[in-house]
Amino acid sequence: MNMILSPIPWLLVIPLAGAVLTMLVPYHWRSPASVVGIFTQLMASVVLWYQVTHYGPQFYAMADWQAPLGIALRADGLATLFILMSSLVASACAFYAHAYLSLQKRAHFWPLLWFLWASLNGIWLAADTFNLYVGLELLTFAAVGLVAFASDERSLEASIRYLYAALLGSMAYLLGVALLYGAQGTLSMDSLAETWHWGPTNQVAVTLILGGLLLKTAVFPLHTWLPPAHGGALTPVSALLSALVIKASFYILLRFWIEFQIYQFLPSLSQLLGALGAGAILWGGWMALRQTHLKMVVAYSTVAQIGYMTLMFPLLVAESSEASLLAYQGGILMLLAHAFAKAGMFLAAGNLIFCTGKPDLVSLAGMSRYRPLNIFAFGLAGVSLMGLPPSGGFNAKWLLLQSSFMSGQWWWIVVLLLGNLLSAAYVFRVFAYTYQETDALDTYKRPKLSLELIALGLSVGSILLGFISVWPLEMISLPGPVMEALP
Amino acid sequence: MDTNLIFTLCGVGLCGIGFFGFIYHRHLLRRLIAFNLIGNGTFLIMVGFAQRGQGVTDHVIQALVLTGIVVAVAATALGLVLIRRWFQLKGSTQLPEDDAS
Repeated sequence: MNMILSPIPWLLVIPLAGAVLTMLVPYHWRSPASVVGIFTQLMASVVLWYQVTHYGPQFYAMADWQAPLGIALRADGLATLFILMSSLVASACAFYAHAYLSLQKRAHFWPLLWFLWASLNGIWLAADTFNLYVGLELLTFAAVGLVAFASDERSLEASIRYLYAALLGSMAYLLGVALLYGAQGTLSMDSLAETWHWGPTNQVAVTLILGGLLLKTAVFPLHTWLPPAHGGALTPVSALLSALVIKASFYILLRFWIEFQIYQFLPSLSQLLGALGAGAILWGGWMALRQTHLKMVVAYSTVAQIGYMTLMFPLLVAESSEASLLAYQGGILMLLAHAFAKAGMFLAAGNLIFCTGKPDLVSLAGMSRYRPLNIFAFGLAGVSLMGLPPSGGFNAKWLLLQSSFMSGQWWWIVVLLLGNLLSAAYVFRVFAYTYQETDALDTYKRPKLSLELIALGLSVGSILLGFISVWPLEMISLPGPVMEALP
Repeated sequence: MDTNLIFTLCGVGLCGIGFFGFIYHRHLLRRLIAFNLIGNGTFLIMVGFAQRGQGVTDHVIQALVLTGIVVAVAATALGLVLIRRWFQLKGSTQLPEDDAS
């Protein structure tokens, strides 16, 4: 399709151009240029959404170079939904960062943000396994840079740990891709799915890819790099990392699992993934309950929430198409709700820390009286994370529960309910601190109103998702490679 | 023995050595070098394993390995910058031991 008419190239070219341009132009031009870029991204996402819903999945070969040497891109319902999610959340975080950071800091933030955005879009749209690798690596570099951006010792340590874990993960993934290419002679996801056969090579390849992606998604017990990185970064960065970056490797895992029908041929591996998810829910929730720093509570909550998403894998069973569809929908909705809720929660937490000037929970005393709007934003995000109705998180867990009933796997129900109790406990624990009154002098700083409103907007988004859940579920049910591969 | 098989076996060996080094060492530079070993092993496997039995050079694999090398160089550069900064701040070439988190 013509480059002007298709929004797909714009979703890659603009962020990449933005990354280079914002590095070159003088400091005070960088923010206006980025704002223009953000609006083009939002517009391109909406145009893509329109095209995909009206004309079906879209394909695009960059600069008319055809596969295998060219970069082939495709947008089905799932990819489009992720494009919309990342555009909305990243724009919100970008505007937050604009208000939160000083001119000096902001100037260096924009190039990294645009690299991050480009690699995210590249991953959502990639049609072959190697582009996914390049996207993963670019994403790692941008994310590690953003973590180190807080420029203190702790965040530097966290970013080095993060870099090493992520590099090991992507190398394992690349090795898997190389083996798949050796076995089947293609990189394209579609042709791999068509010619898939379970030889020993493919089994080793799947194991390597699975291991690499689990490490990058920070699935328990490979999560240890995540809390210091997400908890130690600057607030808008934490939100971006928790809401979007970990979703990228999860998305790749999901595509592999469904499109190559791994769930059908290796059900025991799916059960193992479910067990890891259960471990993540319980361990992440327990650790969140024991943290003394506000952002570490939120970071461990991310570990637990990744577990909920992983629970969808054992629920994709070949025998029951209905249970599988419910699990797929529940997992995706979980992911969406978490993106909005966690971004909102991190931003609200950042505002609170900005007020008190201290990162620990004890200094939150009196905050619910002083910053009710902020506490409200934190609470709304918490409602979605706990899975209370009406929220996106509730609908997602409801779908997962139904799927567990239908496929007769009652043990996941126990995990889901226990996990909910734990999330409720760690959210209310934070609340308890904000209601305390101390005699200490109030020397609070007042955050800008825009900062509070952005946090509130994202949290409201996660609640709203509970009312419009049908809409994303319709999006992902549009015909496409994933829907074809479901039973 | 087929050349491609030699490449593949060397690649597997390099990956093994690199993986061991990555897990075993605590010195940050050593770990970065170990990562590069894994990377080179992977590229050898790509060159050897992926084009076995075809008799002709596969351009796709060449493109992949080239891209892979560029990415690995970028990763190494980023790692070196972070390690240098860490050394400037703490005067240490290792990260503190993990507190069981």
